[in-house]
Amino acid sequence: MPKEKKTLNLNFGPQHPAAHGVLRLILQLDGEVVEKADPHIGLLHRGTEKLIENKTYVQAIPYFDRLDYVAPMNQEHAFALAIEKILKIEVPSRAKYIRVIFCEIGRILSHILNITTQAMDVGALTPTLWGFEEREKLMGFYERVSGSRLHANYFRAGGVHKDLPKGLESDIDEFCNKFPKIIDDLETLLTDNRIFKQRNVDIGIVSKQDALDYSFSGVMLRGSGVAWDLRRSQPYDCYDDLDFKIPIGKNGDCYDRYLCRIEEMKESVKIIKQCLQNLPKGPIKTDDGKISPPPKKDIKQSMEALIHHFKLFTEGYRVEKDEIYTAVEAPKGEFGVYLISDGSSKPYKCKIRAPGFTHLQAMDYLIKGHMLADVPAVLGSMDIVFGEVDR
Amino acid sequence: MKNLKDLEKFINSELTSKINNSFIKHDNIYLSIDHEELIDVISFLKTNNQTKFRQLIEITAVDYPEKENRFKMVYLLLSHEHNKRIIIDYTIKETDIIHSLTSIFPSANWMEREVFDMYGLNFKNHPDLRRILTDYGFEGHPLRKDFPLTGHNEVRYSEEFKKVIYEPVKLEQNYRNFDYESPWEGTKYIKEIKKNDA
Repeated sequence: MPKEKKTLNLNFGPQHPAAHGVLRLILQLDGEVVEKADPHIGLLHRGTEKLIENKTYVQAIPYFDRLDYVAPMNQEHAFALAIEKILKIEVPSRAKYIRVIFCEIGRILSHILNITTQAMDVGALTPTLWGFEEREKLMGFYERVSGSRLHANYFRAGGVHKDLPKGLESDIDEFCNKFPKIIDDLETLLTDNRIFKQRNVDIGIVSKQDALDYSFSGVMLRGSGVAWDLRRSQPYDCYDDLDFKIPIGKNGDCYDRYLCRIEEMKESVKIIKQCLQNLPKGPIKTDDGKISPPPKKDIKQSMEALIHHFKLFTEGYRVEKDEIYTAVEAPKGEFGVYLISDGSSKPYKCKIRAPGFTHLQAMDYLIKGHMLADVPAVLGSMDIVFGEVDR
Repeated sequence: MKNLKDLEKFINSELTSKINNSFIKHDNIYLSIDHEELIDVISFLKTNNQTKFRQLIEITAVDYPEKENRFKMVYLLLSHEHNKRIIIDYTIKETDIIHSLTSIFPSANWMEREVFDMYGLNFKNHPDLRRILTDYGFEGHPLRKDFPLTGHNEVRYSEEFKKVIYEPVKLEQNYRNFDYESPWEGTKYIKEIKKNDA
């Protein structure tokens, strides 16, 4: 008598530590083999795009911190660039360098979190403890420059909010000297680790063609051997002047993506060091009074500055009618902002293109035929943060 | 094809009548098409050797409630080989049915579900058209301009029923939307002086 086949439906999440947030994954299992995965997202949906439509351009910036809350400033960057392109604002070069420094710090923040939690998902606890100590230092830099460890609200159209406080440059430099040693330590724990390799090598393989078809970007694309990085191919701010390499994977599996992230962190350290060495002196935001608020000192003495201040913080600046898409290479992939302005001081439409959204969509394709225990490994290597997936 | 202008010309010469309008701005090509031609245009752009727009970046819609064709659909494509981006759009009425791109790009699946969820637009030949971002049992389409910012329902834990319940939104204070925009745009002569200087 033939055996009757029975599939089991398993509800993975929304409250599960390996789901990296509020993911509800409905899995159809045949024994331990996954036959189908149906991710239910939206449990962290906050209506960011709707809220941005109802806020002025400056008020909209903090919402970008709350998307991918692991690397907040990278998101702000895309929005700031979009406004700058429409208004044709010239950004002072010091501001460009500062922005790049903090974007790369964001990249390291995000990659540390991803690598260490991925390791934790497959059974290693120590990397998390070591890595989070470094993240704490980096968030300290965030705090010193913006007043907040996570939700920075630091980038502005036309530059950054404030100049670096005294001593920060040398502290970041010192961090950059010490950090490569930490990466090496993490690597001794993971790269040749037997268990880590067993759980990640040949798991979740993505071919080149599928990576393109599924709209993958960032490490998910590079892990499969596609040499594509927006910092190199469509450079923004001062990435043009910097010397860095773009690591590319070979097999497109979870392990290659891990290796890419490790190498990217090393490159980020190099970028930060170069920026610190070449950091020009000068203003940190555009001097156009119609866009960036005047210094406090001027408000006390100059009528014009007072009016500018008043207008900027009530009406906000107006952005002429236009339609634009700008993208940056965020740690997780291509983060884009499709902005439609209508000449008023609020965006008419602001569509946020989050890399995690398209990556998570491929979950069914990636996990089909794998074992249940591979679900956290694949999910971990996709680098999902629900702030940006759900928006 | 290195040059953006050449590429635009090429696309225009190949697709001719399918394109209503095209121009170059912010280093991107903008194409306006007819909504019946969508599948033809996208599959041409994806497969042609000169264009090779092989990655779908985003699908979204824009709501213009005062227009007869209320919605504008927008498709963003990227070509890695040529390092170019293209933005394709067309307008439709609320009741029109859109062709799904899932047969050309599998990643269109969730993007179209999001448009369906947020704008209430229907897609033809979509394998699995469900809501995606909003709550189970949600009503309405949040990104339409006539959907209130504060929403319709709120949730709370009810001690009485021992579960989370839905209630109509009750605000202690009405949502205030101040109109700060001044009609004052500055004197014309100052603007003209600035223009002449630049």
